[in-house]
Amino acid sequence: MHEMSLAEGVMQIVEDTAKRENARRVKLVVLEIGRMSSVEPEAIKFCFEAVTHGSIAQGAALEIVSVPGAGWCMLCAETVPMQELYGACPKCGSHQVQATGGTEMRVKEIEIE
Amino acid sequence: MCTVCGCGAGETKIEGVHAKPHEHTHVHEDGTVHTHTHDHGHDHDHAHSHAAALVGAHAHSHHHGDGSEHSHDHVHSGEHAHSHGGEHHHHEHGVAGDLDYGTGPAGAHVPGMSQARMVQIEQDILSKNNTYAAANRQNFDERGIFALNLVSSPGSGKTTLLCKTIELLKDKVAISVVEGDQQTSNDAERIRATGVQALQINTGKGCHLDGHMVGHALERLQPADESLFLIENVGNLVCPAAFDLGEHHKVAILSVTEGEDKPLKYPDMFRAADVMLLNKCDLLPYLEFDADLAEANARRVNPDLTIFRVSATSGDGLSAWLDWIQSGLEAQRAKRSESVDALKRRVAELERQLAAK
Repeated sequence: MHEMSLAEGVMQIVEDTAKRENARRVKLVVLEIGRMSSVEPEAIKFCFEAVTHGSIAQGAALEIVSVPGAGWCMLCAETVPMQELYGACPKCGSHQVQATGGTEMRVKEIEIE
Repeated sequence: MCTVCGCGAGETKIEGVHAKPHEHTHVHEDGTVHTHTHDHGHDHDHAHSHAAALVGAHAHSHHHGDGSEHSHDHVHSGEHAHSHGGEHHHHEHGVAGDLDYGTGPAGAHVPGMSQARMVQIEQDILSKNNTYAAANRQNFDERGIFALNLVSSPGSGKTTLLCKTIELLKDKVAISVVEGDQQTSNDAERIRATGVQALQINTGKGCHLDGHMVGHALERLQPADESLFLIENVGNLVCPAAFDLGEHHKVAILSVTEGEDKPLKYPDMFRAADVMLLNKCDLLPYLEFDADLAEANARRVNPDLTIFRVSATSGDGLSAWLDWIQSGLEAQRAKRSESVDALKRRVAELERQLAAK
């Protein structure tokens, strides 16, 4: 249950922020999840609902901004799109590709009132 | 809580039941640090009777549009720590039209259209651990300590390798060891038998050490300046990869009795490591293990990986590994004396300025 504990981590950040801002309610939570971060958006939505139940964020909408995978290929010396972490470069087939985007797991912003 | 596998402290929250056990760390007389959890079962029965259906007339936090009588139980514990009336108790049960989150400012993302506002957070979900890890790393650097985090699956020979490494190095450098396991202090006892100080951390239900636990271990062990600090993580090739402890390098240990494709199956760990030790190489003649293939697989997920083939039992190949540790120690010492020299220069400069006044 990878996503359940991630959702817990999200909740902690959301609760801390809402408290600091004296929020009455959290209406929206925006996450940035990289496509290569091995987080299943559907699973995290389900878990988010479960962990926010009874909290300040109960009923809050969850928006997931999906960040496409990108990497720097050492041989091509350019940024190439990536489908999987540690995958091959789509141009030259080399595995010497350093992921530069798409591994994010961040709470981007929240909407409160 | 582990963000990888979701283990740890039974933190699963389901449907309004907050079963968040409280975590305690005890240090026993023999130096064993023991982390365990217990459930605080606080039952709060709130019974609210709403006689009339006056929508919006209720100033308190239980709003019922239909005026129904409503009672619910909360089991709060641990971190939620007795903060009644805090944010955990704002229950908003649908005052007419109030819960329509699908439209309006929420959908349009425009702050200021109502009382609602957007708050930028841009915070990594693992940021809390990373803060502890950064503090540990600063502590190590200020004191010229070289810290390694040893990770592998259970049974790869981490502890035997550690014991051997310690035996060969203990006359040259002060060494402290942190042992992470779910249960028992067997490993710390094995390390103490070599004559160096060791501290056992039992993670209980947890599957990895985190920055916070290692921070406590540092306080407890008080490692000497310019010494070697070795952390043996919980035997697990998945979760410890995500948790920075403040170490200078993760060292992954793969033994030849495992599969050559392990680096491909568990790439995160081999990616996070800077060094891989291929252990139990004395057994290679008796196995069908292809050591070159294992190395190629490891380099496929991490081209910069430094690999040493060793046998902790026979001692073969250990000298290269020990040399690598020595150069790490020297680099830390050099860095420290550099910053001490810089500070001395700064003090001298300030003293000169004061004298001039």
